[in-house]
Amino acid sequence: MSDSLTLPTPDTKDAPGTTGAARGARALAVLRPIAARLGTALLVLLCTATVVFFLVRLSGDPVKVMLPPDATAQQESVLRHSLGLDRPLITQYLDYLWGLPRLDFGTSLFYNQPVREVLADRIPATLLLAAGALVVTLLIALPAGILAAMRRGRATDRSVISVVLLGQSTPPFWVGILLILVFAVGLHALPASGYGTFAHLVLPSITLSVYSVAVVARLLRSSLIDVLGSDHIRTARARGLGPVRTVLRHGLRNASLPVVTVVGLEVGSLLGGAILTEQVFSWPGIGQLTVQAISNRDFPLVQATVLVFAATFVVVNLLVDLSYGLLDPRVRNSR
Amino acid sequence: MTTTTAPAPPVDAAPPTPRPGAARALLHNRLALAALVFLTVIIVCAVFAPLIAPADPNAQNLLGRLRPPAWQSGGSTAHLLGTDQLGRDLLSRIIYGTRVSLLVGAGAALLAGTIGTFAGLASGYFGGWTDRIVMRVADVQLAFPAILLALAVVGFVGSGLWYVILVLGITGWVSYARVVRSEVLSLRSRDFVTEAHAIGVGHLTIMRRHLLPNVMAPLATIGTLHIAAAVVAEASLSYLGLGVPKETVTWGGMLADGQLYLGTSWWIAVFPGLALMLTSLAINITGDALRDVADPKAYRR
Repeated sequence: MSDSLTLPTPDTKDAPGTTGAARGARALAVLRPIAARLGTALLVLLCTATVVFFLVRLSGDPVKVMLPPDATAQQESVLRHSLGLDRPLITQYLDYLWGLPRLDFGTSLFYNQPVREVLADRIPATLLLAAGALVVTLLIALPAGILAAMRRGRATDRSVISVVLLGQSTPPFWVGILLILVFAVGLHALPASGYGTFAHLVLPSITLSVYSVAVVARLLRSSLIDVLGSDHIRTARARGLGPVRTVLRHGLRNASLPVVTVVGLEVGSLLGGAILTEQVFSWPGIGQLTVQAISNRDFPLVQATVLVFAATFVVVNLLVDLSYGLLDPRVRNSR
Repeated sequence: MTTTTAPAPPVDAAPPTPRPGAARALLHNRLALAALVFLTVIIVCAVFAPLIAPADPNAQNLLGRLRPPAWQSGGSTAHLLGTDQLGRDLLSRIIYGTRVSLLVGAGAALLAGTIGTFAGLASGYFGGWTDRIVMRVADVQLAFPAILLALAVVGFVGSGLWYVILVLGITGWVSYARVVRSEVLSLRSRDFVTEAHAIGVGHLTIMRRHLLPNVMAPLATIGTLHIAAAVVAEASLSYLGLGVPKETVTWGGMLADGQLYLGTSWWIAVFPGLALMLTSLAINITGDALRDVADPKAYRR
């Protein structure tokens, strides 16, 4: 906060005489918080990688699961050696860590192909689903949140609030099953599962978006209500700007900061929602892959998928932090 | 309302936990009242399941499988909500399903609340390095989708009711800790705390006698909302087949079974799903009402 007092007057400070040093110090002031955030992000990823590695090793012997029960001890040791599981734990751990920056996650025990390739096959489907859910969220939550804030306390507002409460209490797989029942079994309008066409994308996108619609609409409403009470909105209205234009031009941008923050933090819940949604609709994405990998005790694959989820969360929140500057000039200046 | 005159509040008394009128205000909220009634029914079902359920939830009857609910043609009053693919009575299974849901919900909230309260008290009261470490751990914890950790633990370390409670409890502590910490930060410099410290009251006693009672109201709200989240999380895990083992009746497991028969027998999935949604909704409504009562300012927004 105190930085804001000293920083935003560069012209007077950068008088012709002062050279690189002052400018460098200023660049440092801008870069330091970014570097700190990057450090935290890397630390989170390292912790996750470590926790997952040892958690997976707690679970028992993959060799026993992969071989038939009547396998001999010799067969077991051959397989163990070929998987590299007979090496000391610390060697396995360091090898695993060393592979991560090169995106080398080892070989999938179940698919018998590099984990990286298995992931590459599945990630596009999940990204498509996420994009679909994002579109649905924006289409529903933005108008709902704005309407509720503008008609605060009235019937529109109250119905938006109730729907939001319902959406937050409803688990995604239950929404998915209801949608299948109505649109696939009942109306024969849309496919119940599968992947490939636009029609396949509709129900999963709606299912995954239910929770985020609720979160975004609720936050947008309350933060817009705060913003609408402020002076610059009154000024805009007094200047004769219509209510809708006032909100769109002067309210929305200011109200978006808390929304973006919380959406970043909710990415974890959304990833969990994606796992369930993919399971309901047999969507061939990374969520379904994770569940299968756990059932198959495919250790390297589980390690990798969990890391992909954690990395997604970390990167999204990093972007959220950095976007504050774009959304709010005051934050930008205080850096 | 007008007959009772509230005594003037003492000047620097500790901020009150739910006011005397809180219970009454809660009962005036009709939605919250309905939610409380529903929750009471659910709790009674869970406690007295063997007395209430019309049949053994695991008794199979292959001749009477996929029977529709009583009001549809082909249904009978012997199975009010119909039977599943193995001829088991759906109503009885839903009634028994309340047990796992509530046990996991309450157990997880209690465990998370205990961990979170201790962490938040220590973090807010001592500040400095304690605070920094706790908050950093909280950040790392938040970065890790809870359901994913639950999947990893349940899938690898072992499945079962207690593992589910343990995982959901351990992953849920952050929100408790944050709220307790922020409350304690504002309480720490209040006169009744500094004076207690000045007359030589120990840290632990201050935390227990002066800080803890003042954070109970927000704790109750978060706890309630966390119960709903844990109930849904358990159902999600059981739906994925990675939660409580199949032999135990769970709503999530019933939904997974029912999805396979959606085309012919909708009731197998729909009734447990409704039970799950209504329970989670009722707990959330109660939590919201608790918050409104504990913090009238938040209510007016």
